[in-house]
Amino acid sequence: MGHGKNHIVNYSTYIFVWLTLVTLTSLTVTVASLDLGFLSVLVALGIASLKALLVLLVFMHLRFDDRMFRIFVLISFITLLIFLVLTFFDYANIR
Amino acid sequence: MNQLVESVVHEHVHRDDVGAKIGMWLFLFTELILFGGMFLAYAVYRYQYGDFFALASKKLDVFFGLINTLILLTSSLTMAMSITAIRRESKKLSMLFLALTIFFALLFMVNKYFEWSAKFSSGIFPGSTELLNQPKGIIIYFGLYFVMTGLHALHVLIGMVILLVMFFYLKSDVINSDYYIMLENSGLYWHLVDIIWIFLFPLFYLIH
Repeated sequence: MGHGKNHIVNYSTYIFVWLTLVTLTSLTVTVASLDLGFLSVLVALGIASLKALLVLLVFMHLRFDDRMFRIFVLISFITLLIFLVLTFFDYANIR
Repeated sequence: MNQLVESVVHEHVHRDDVGAKIGMWLFLFTELILFGGMFLAYAVYRYQYGDFFALASKKLDVFFGLINTLILLTSSLTMAMSITAIRRESKKLSMLFLALTIFFALLFMVNKYFEWSAKFSSGIFPGSTELLNQPKGIIIYFGLYFVMTGLHALHVLIGMVILLVMFFYLKSDVINSDYYIMLENSGLYWHLVDIIWIFLFPLFYLIH
């Protein structure tokens, strides 16, 4: 793979992704000024996740690399998610 | 003779770019768990002290956070472009993009310096009497803020050093259009630092 001519990403693709990331950033700042209550956390995390996904897929090349890398990353994020969810099983009943 | 030995050795150089990349990703997963633990602490405390977190987060300057977000996003762009450039055999352009990336990293740190200076001068820093007189939720919020953004800033500093080394590797052709895995792996690290900030920004600056 390293020796072969695997996909070289164009500058224009990167610039397009960067523009999307900047747009999403201004969106999240705008939305934060509205008072959405509990939803504001979800919206902010949703937009952040979308941005992270773009960085992972394009800037970090996951979209173009071997499928194994995508599975790797997916497993590690699921592991983190399990930590989060299981911890909250403990805390949800305390309050 | 010497030349002969060199050419023979060169042909037998062991190189495993995919292996190197797998190693880098494994390291990034440990980073993810490191920061993940802190995000977990943040989530639990936010759940317990939501009102205080909302109050405390209003004391942060969104402007600083926003500027640093844009700086890091742009640095990620130039980092990625630097790799495309070297693969297209334009060494000069690759060096330029990498230099820009390092410049943006420096800009991020300068911004951080001003932000933290402003916090310190208004009496908010770990262990300050001003802070310790606040309710527990506010103390915890700023504790998390300083540890998490501090650890992130440390990663930016380390990233700067790594990228600087890569810059000289590029200059001396150690990294070239055929052998660029080190630059790619440094890029992966740099993008991870960007991703961490993508989550830190809304969690600390935006959500009230």
